[in-house]
Amino acid sequence: MGTGSMDLLRFATAGSVDDGKSTLIGRLLYDSKAIFSDQLAAVEAVSAAHGDDYVNLALLTDGLRAEREQGITIDVAYRYFATPRRKFVIADTPGHLQYTRNMVTGASTADLAVVLVDARKGLVEQSRRHAFITTLLRVPHLVLAVNKMDLVGYSPEVFERIAGDFTRFADKLDIADLVVVPISALHGDNIVSRSPNMPWYEGPSLLHHLEHVHVSSDRNLIDVRFPVQYVIRPQSVDHPDYRGYAGTVASGVLKPGDEVMVLPSGFTTTIAGIETADGPVDEAFPPMAVTVRLAGDLDVSRGDMIARPRNAPEPRQDLDAMVCWMTDTPLTTGRKLVIKHTTRTARALVKDIQYRLDVNTLHRDLATSVLGLNDIGRVRLRTTAPVFADPYRRNRATGGFVLIDEATNGTVAAGMIIDD
Amino acid sequence: MAGEYRLTQLEVLEAEAIHVFREVVAELERPVLLFSGGKDSIVMLRLAQKAFWPARIPFPVLHVDTGHNFPEVLAFRDRRVAEIGVTLVVASVPDAIRSGAVVEPPDGTRNRIQTPVLLEALEAGRFTAAFGGARRDEDKARAKERVFSFRDDFGQWDPKNQRPELWSVYNGRIHAGESIRVFPLSNWTELDVWQYVAAEGLDLPEIYYAHEREVFERDEMIYAVNGFCRPRSGEEVFTARVRYRTVGDATLTAAVLSDADTIEKVIDEVAATRVTERGATRGDDRFSEAAMEDRKREGYF
Repeated sequence: MGTGSMDLLRFATAGSVDDGKSTLIGRLLYDSKAIFSDQLAAVEAVSAAHGDDYVNLALLTDGLRAEREQGITIDVAYRYFATPRRKFVIADTPGHLQYTRNMVTGASTADLAVVLVDARKGLVEQSRRHAFITTLLRVPHLVLAVNKMDLVGYSPEVFERIAGDFTRFADKLDIADLVVVPISALHGDNIVSRSPNMPWYEGPSLLHHLEHVHVSSDRNLIDVRFPVQYVIRPQSVDHPDYRGYAGTVASGVLKPGDEVMVLPSGFTTTIAGIETADGPVDEAFPPMAVTVRLAGDLDVSRGDMIARPRNAPEPRQDLDAMVCWMTDTPLTTGRKLVIKHTTRTARALVKDIQYRLDVNTLHRDLATSVLGLNDIGRVRLRTTAPVFADPYRRNRATGGFVLIDEATNGTVAAGMIIDD
Repeated sequence: MAGEYRLTQLEVLEAEAIHVFREVVAELERPVLLFSGGKDSIVMLRLAQKAFWPARIPFPVLHVDTGHNFPEVLAFRDRRVAEIGVTLVVASVPDAIRSGAVVEPPDGTRNRIQTPVLLEALEAGRFTAAFGGARRDEDKARAKERVFSFRDDFGQWDPKNQRPELWSVYNGRIHAGESIRVFPLSNWTELDVWQYVAAEGLDLPEIYYAHEREVFERDEMIYAVNGFCRPRSGEEVFTARVRYRTVGDATLTAAVLSDADTIEKVIDEVAATRVTERGATRGDDRFSEAAMEDRKREGYF
């Protein structure tokens, strides 16, 4: 089963139609043979009916009727392609300010983000915002794709200027890995292979980088965090006394025999076994979904957290977090919401809105007392029950949470816990 | 799994699907799994077994039976359900037609009238969550759908008002009467499904593999001659070697010419194909550019 042994890379793309994002995605899908002839035929027919001069590849990704009618991307679309080395999941996010929440959503699961800029325009406000959101969500790898190089005569000076501008801006952010690639999505320069039009560029093609970027070391394999998701008790003839704690490893490596601490009780015990339907395993690491059996008779239930005695998250009810507000009704101090963090749900009171961040300038607006749709700001929450959280910068799985409106049940915010 | 704590793409997809199954059972009171005997629902059923092992699958399965079935698929459905020991609920479109709950369209296609029958069955069973095998690679409207897809008390999907879905934190909160459609295979492709079938050694109905069959051509697609689907005058019947890429209503599901009679050959064929499985085989998605979006809004799977 040759291709079954590929690994998986999730990446988010940010930029607007004007930057050539849809063309780039269309190019990646087309060159990796992930666009099917019936999809292409449908798109060609629609483009012809609209009187477009060229095949509008955006029609491939803009799936909703309203998007096609308005010629804009509203929502995150997920696209899939594979090369012999890797399977790719693209979270294609809309670029404009009013869709910040969609980019936050797409970035939340991404290993890498591709931010597009138009070589003729250079860095614009939007490019800075995209880079900032990427770092806010702790996407470990960032690619700045300088597109439309064909329209600036494949000029190394133009590329160097934009790359330099961006690097200076990136220094203010905390970007672990940045690669800048000059491309022309329309002509395929530096997409799949290095372009003869830019012999001065010595880095990898975009696809080569996507295929080879090392992502397995991005996971946190140090801090053992196993949020108990579901208690398995068959109570059957074959398994009369079986009691296992099912869940997904958030971080760290668990092994049978390890000493562990269960929160919130604080009791310590050892791992008696780690099981799956395919048999026991010697170790479990993220993102494996397993069932952990513990020695002794403990009362453990959903929402509890298994960690290590000398490395356990501090249970806390006061949380400082950056939140992205995702609904029309603004967030105000005193609001009561539901917080869902790993497998644990509690109620949360908004004690304070400390500032609103201007995502274009990174200026902190301390005077504000509300967060509107698509705003990002720092808030302080008080929860009714302790949550077992880590700073988001250290642990994406135990540092992130969502806020839910109790009346509508809608998801209204994404939150990222900050270190004290 | 290789060294460096690495998982293959199939292992990651499996783990994420198991996470989704467990989350639904932990948070929603009465889930049900939509099981048609097709390959995607067969994969879902295996994932559900794995998620709760060594306990049994803690929910029943539901088949919306259009009455236009491939006999091989119906036989497979009953056999698989008996092997696993899970409860099967059948929601019958022919029964609904007889009782007057739905009216059969003059052309005899039952795709659209499945939706009210499904919604009625979900309501009768008081099911608050329904697992479906839909994948985002199937259709551009599905490419935008959430893993936990909220439905109002009419079972309708509102694509412009979807709950944001971040990390692997899912929001399954609903009011009485509302429900969640859950798609554990959202990020799988047709090829992933086949590779998983091979890796797990899963049995499928034999019509997924190449076989000889009496067929005729209509609208550039190949249909089997059966009790529900007869050639019209001018449509010539011939014998061909075919297989099915999808299995749905027998009046609407077309076959593809194929020599792939083993799983290895099917995987090679799927890896090389340049036509989507719905484009190749589903008359129902060719009605309009937004056929799927419209049906989903009404409450389709």
